[in-house]
Amino acid sequence: MNTPNEATQTASPSLAVFLRQNMREYGILIALVVIMVFFQVITHGVLFRPVNLTNLVLQNSFVVIMALGMLLVIVAGHIDLSVGSIVAIIGAVAAVMMVNYKIDPWTTSLVCLILGGAIGAAQGYWVAYHHIPAFIVTLAGMLIFRGLTLWLLGGMNIGPFPIEFQRLSTGFVPDFTWFFGSFSFSIPWLQINSFFIALNDQAVGPFDIQSTFIEWTIVNTSTLLLTLCVILGMVYSNYRSRQINLRHGIEVEPGIFFVIQNLITSIVILFVGLQLSTYKGIPNILVVMGVLVVFYVFITTRTTIGRRIYALGGNEKATRLSGINTERLSFYTFINMGVLAGFAGLIVAARLNSSTPKAGNGFELDVIAACFIGGASTTGGVGKITGAVVGAFIMGVLNNGMSIMGLGIDFQQMVKGAVLLAAVVFDLYNKQKG
Amino acid sequence: MSTNVILEMRNITKTFPGVMALRDVSFSVEEGEIHALCGENGAGKSTLMKVLSGVYPHGTYDGEIYYNGELKKFGSIKDTEEEGIIIIHQELALIPMLSIAENIFLGNEVAKGGVINWAEATRRTTELLAKVGLKENPSTLITNIGVGKQQLVEIAKALSKKVKLLILDEPTASLNESDSNALLDLLLEFKKQGLTSIIISHKLNEISRVADKITVLRDGATVETLDCHAETISEARIIRGMVGRELSDRFPKRVPKIGETIFEVRNWTAYHPIHSDRKISNGINLNVKRGEVVGIAGLMGAGRTEFAMSVFGHSYGQKISGEVLINGKPADVSNVERAIKSGLAYVTEDRKQLGLVLINNVMHNTTLANHKGISKNFVIDEHTERKAANEYRQKLRIRTPSIYQDVVNLSGGNQQKVVLAKWLFANPDVLILDEPTRGIDVGAKYEIYTIVNDLVAAGKAVIFISSEMPELLGTCDRIYVMNEGAIVAEMPVAEASQENIMGAIMRSGEKV
Repeated sequence: MNTPNEATQTASPSLAVFLRQNMREYGILIALVVIMVFFQVITHGVLFRPVNLTNLVLQNSFVVIMALGMLLVIVAGHIDLSVGSIVAIIGAVAAVMMVNYKIDPWTTSLVCLILGGAIGAAQGYWVAYHHIPAFIVTLAGMLIFRGLTLWLLGGMNIGPFPIEFQRLSTGFVPDFTWFFGSFSFSIPWLQINSFFIALNDQAVGPFDIQSTFIEWTIVNTSTLLLTLCVILGMVYSNYRSRQINLRHGIEVEPGIFFVIQNLITSIVILFVGLQLSTYKGIPNILVVMGVLVVFYVFITTRTTIGRRIYALGGNEKATRLSGINTERLSFYTFINMGVLAGFAGLIVAARLNSSTPKAGNGFELDVIAACFIGGASTTGGVGKITGAVVGAFIMGVLNNGMSIMGLGIDFQQMVKGAVLLAAVVFDLYNKQKG
Repeated sequence: MSTNVILEMRNITKTFPGVMALRDVSFSVEEGEIHALCGENGAGKSTLMKVLSGVYPHGTYDGEIYYNGELKKFGSIKDTEEEGIIIIHQELALIPMLSIAENIFLGNEVAKGGVINWAEATRRTTELLAKVGLKENPSTLITNIGVGKQQLVEIAKALSKKVKLLILDEPTASLNESDSNALLDLLLEFKKQGLTSIIISHKLNEISRVADKITVLRDGATVETLDCHAETISEARIIRGMVGRELSDRFPKRVPKIGETIFEVRNWTAYHPIHSDRKISNGINLNVKRGEVVGIAGLMGAGRTEFAMSVFGHSYGQKISGEVLINGKPADVSNVERAIKSGLAYVTEDRKQLGLVLINNVMHNTTLANHKGISKNFVIDEHTERKAANEYRQKLRIRTPSIYQDVVNLSGGNQQKVVLAKWLFANPDVLILDEPTRGIDVGAKYEIYTIVNDLVAAGKAVIFISSEMPELLGTCDRIYVMNEGAIVAEMPVAEASQENIMGAIMRSGEKV
């Protein structure tokens, strides 16, 4: 007879084995870090400047938010090509309501979210209950809602919006510790002047590493405090779940790896927090995004709904024969996608401060790519929220970094396409080896 | 018959991450013999054949393969096929929407410069079909012929490739008795013509019938090779080699304690989901009592699975009419959720397609049909879930490194136990088991019978669907016989025999 102890023997594999087994998950994180460092160097350090960091968050929030919904759709074994058009139509409706009819932003936002859900339901209905491939239904939706947007806006831009509405995208969390005022400190820093810079500066060596001091001027103390809270919370919850897993003989990462991993994540968060606190603080949208990510991680890992979506994508027939209403479940994933796409539509409109017929053009590709880069399976049943978020940031940093470099949209698209293909090829290669 | 050794596999060792599937296995086959390969699930039979046929190419295993006396390093299935080594897998590799002729010559088309010569292909298909004794038009689609005939098409396909060594992995697993017999006769016929075959099978009576030699594998190693001509090999003798002990009785004893009627179906009629004028269940009346195991016997295609699935949440068929009573009260079984709520469970015959989410782990599969039992307000209590999964893993002796193992990595018998675990955890009153022992080994079968006994001892009722009559006779209290969607006989097990059951089926066929 088996005892729980038997399982405990396999609890902590050696570092090498562990890395090999989890190549995919860490591979994508490493890829993100490499891409970030690359652009940091090549853009002369512009990437991580507080202003740009804030921009990076603002520019990518809607991709991340839609990737949350898209991941569920993809895990359930479907796809949604219409999200870009939903972004446009919702933006248009919001504009018409607020600008033409002077309806207040709160009511408008609520109506728009419901409308997004309704659009998702309209498409999900055909996919879930009539078993029409999602590719076809949402391709139709993509055309229909783009057309509707053009019709509604009459081919024109509508704006500007009330200031409260704009704050959704451009506002920052108020500094509740304003009475601290600002303070400064310096920490040692290594400055790496790379080959690329060397060319411009006509320096001799390809690498020129200097130790300098950089000065941080914290103007937003509450941001710093919040950052510290997030770090403490994260480390504590990681530690706790590791202890629980260990107690129950679930395989966990090697101890040293756990420490390194938490250390690196903490440093990254601290760095971002420090940078943001030298500028305007934490953008509202970052908080919303953070809450949504945590919420969807919880949904996918801890609730029966999440569990059922994975089962549905893994084997629909077996799931249905286990007494689970798979049709309703598919239907729900599309409603959820619609609401999130609607929310993204509001964010985009608020950010641009006007609704344009072209809004959200091509977003569906960034969002879908984020999920697949993040390790979702094209056949359903596999994928993680955290993977999709990292995938979205990879796409975001690529967009942002290349824009800073002044590369055109042509080149940007080629690079993004190549990255998507590389990620999926890497996935398949990994699977075959395993 | 010559006694040349056509194939020799020496010291084959094959490892998968974390598992040694084959350990130093040696195996040799003489020309013109039928060599059976026996062993429990997970003993390494299929792995050994995949090494031989190039599915696992040279370099991914240790050891040597000699074919016709030459050392071979097969890099792919194509290499082995060129040498005339053809494997027919357990899961048939035919394309349903293509015709017999198209399937036979798939990848090997009768063509010049890419243009197919259909007249020639059809002519050759007709020839091949005659050889395997199949009377079908070469242009018939695979989807329109039964599994037995599909198996014959696979063999015809092998013949088209100039087969010298034919490997059959569980060829009769999904065939009924008469189709199985026809297939075995065909093998004996080919043997006379000099073809060498290796056959993997769990059906020991078939092996004793056709095999010249039997090699027994256990836990990835060769146990022994028995020569059927030197001595008479009894089934018990083979089982001893497979499990390492004598299985004195293949069916565990049980003293029936039968109570009141718990489950009753009245006048159940259902129609085919596509051909809406074809009845799949025809006025079926059936009842089961507490503590009773009731068998449904019948040939493949008799409509047993279709009936069971139509009762279980109307999962199959259309225009369903009839009544289901549980504990004497009408029960709503109009969808799976309600059927489960009424106390019904259906353990499917097709565990991979309909029973398991293969890419999910043992724990997730175990709790899939009873999320209420592990959650509160949609939030899963991880502790409860872990406990439940471990409990059933121990109860059913599911052999897995942990409950976090994906079920795709388990052997067939253990997968079957996971499906059972799922339904036991849902705590039903009535379980319908559809071919619960198909394709699993003797030891695991015995364990499944024991589980059935435990269930009825706990006051539950079991409906046992099986195509293996000895199994029904060994486990049931009462047997219904089904043919063409209708119940044609009912008998207590004391009066039942294979002859009685077959007789009932034949008589009902004559009436039509």
